[in-house]
Amino acid sequence: MSDYIFYPGCSMESSAKAYYDSVMSVCQALDIQLNEIDDWNCCGATEYLSLERMPAYALIARNLALAEKQSNGSKTVVAPCSACYLNLAKADHYMHEDKAFGKNINEALAAGGLHYTPGKLAVRHLLDVVLNDIGLEAVKAKVVKPLTGLRVAPYIGCMLPRPDYGNRYSDTENPTELDDLLRALGADVIDFPLRTACCGGHMTQIGPGTAFELIRRLVSTAADQYKADVMVAVCPMCQMNLDAFQGQMNGYFKTDYHMPILFFTQLMGIAFGADAKELGFGSEFVSAREAMSRIGVQTPEPAADAPAKKKPAGLPMPPPLVHASQTTTHSKEAGQ
Amino acid sequence: MPQMIDERAKAGLTPEEDLSLLHEVSMKTAGDSHVEMCIQCGTCGGSCPAGMDMDHTPRAIFAMLRAGMREAVLKSNTPWMCVSCYYCTVRCPQEIHITDVMYTLKNMAVQSGMVQDSTASDFSRTFINFVENYGRSFEIGLAGLHNLIHPRLALRLPNMAPMAIGMLTKKGMSPLPPKRIKGMKGLKKILKRAKELEAA
Repeated sequence: MSDYIFYPGCSMESSAKAYYDSVMSVCQALDIQLNEIDDWNCCGATEYLSLERMPAYALIARNLALAEKQSNGSKTVVAPCSACYLNLAKADHYMHEDKAFGKNINEALAAGGLHYTPGKLAVRHLLDVVLNDIGLEAVKAKVVKPLTGLRVAPYIGCMLPRPDYGNRYSDTENPTELDDLLRALGADVIDFPLRTACCGGHMTQIGPGTAFELIRRLVSTAADQYKADVMVAVCPMCQMNLDAFQGQMNGYFKTDYHMPILFFTQLMGIAFGADAKELGFGSEFVSAREAMSRIGVQTPEPAADAPAKKKPAGLPMPPPLVHASQTTTHSKEAGQ
Repeated sequence: MPQMIDERAKAGLTPEEDLSLLHEVSMKTAGDSHVEMCIQCGTCGGSCPAGMDMDHTPRAIFAMLRAGMREAVLKSNTPWMCVSCYYCTVRCPQEIHITDVMYTLKNMAVQSGMVQDSTASDFSRTFINFVENYGRSFEIGLAGLHNLIHPRLALRLPNMAPMAIGMLTKKGMSPLPPKRIKGMKGLKKILKRAKELEAA
């Protein structure tokens, strides 16, 4: 049993419940004990850093201080969200590197009766823990339903491999960790050149045109060039942008992509034989049902597809992808 | 650097080196940002996924900082278009913490009231208002409020309403604000002290 301090982050309780559920399922299977930081607060995402430096870092550091206090021997904070992970790592890094700055942040924390010793805790993402502490062999040993035949685009995003304060990833631009993990699950992993390109971040709310272009690049490359069945994300923000905004991106560019975006833990759960519903399948905007049925996995259909109903039904699909013919028949047969 | 002198001339500045703005940015960035070490190679701008939507690429911004062009820098949309992908940061041959410098420029623009298009800074403010009052972010409330403040955005996104409904029906998100953290009082004290230290 490996013990970790767990920082879930806000999305896990709202938009990324599927991630939370699948993380819990997978960690149980792999005997990873996650001890949630009691009374943790939001990491501020990129928004607080944009407004005020000291309060932004103090907000992040409160979590580190609580984690240090509650650590009980464990020295590793695990975050499943890339933005939370980077914020926690960033605060620890700068408090350590810039002593005067660290002192200031601790002075702020002291106003709330807290203190963090920079460098005391290692901040890591769940992907890194699964790969480097648990290991691919242990993962393989748990696989009862290999994902054979599922073409997966591994999308790791920006904030894990960059700036990578702890030198934890194999490359800042082309890390292959996620590929290795998905391959261990038996998936057919494409060599996705945009695996660390940007999902648009908060630009969906600020400059949608900028965001939609970034989303389009990712989705169209995975779909058209690499004929991926699904894309896999390791961050709630990436998943949200590519999944929930895919319909709007389609509207913006007059395209018709239907690329399911899943969390890596959802596919791990399926490979480990867990129930699709318990892994949060069916909460995605772009249904993963067809893609998963192709490898004989039944997943629930997402709730009424509100955005799609805006569009006239019966529009022809774009020129068929590799599996398109299979897909259509399959999905019809698979329909309840 | 002829180009730099050009930019200074355009801004009506004298040719003497005035590095106080560059120094200020450096001081307001956590850690050693190396911002004064820019060699104007342009790797940052070429690596930037949002570069085409920026008034000035990061490279130009560094030249303008060196030239003391405070207003032009702080009024530009450049830092607000930054998506925090850190490509420029890892590729910079001088190891300038470019993404962090962009955060600093956003801080300075907000504090000096020079922000031109407030869509981005209002979004940050709305986000942080929830955090400063609940200790947690509130995605649904954030998107809703932000679109009320900036209705232009909602108009540009005709599918916004069905999408919001999808957030509730598909993702099972709650339309209610998050539960306030227990240590809210302590957190408020921490943030208050941090704000004082920032202003010091």
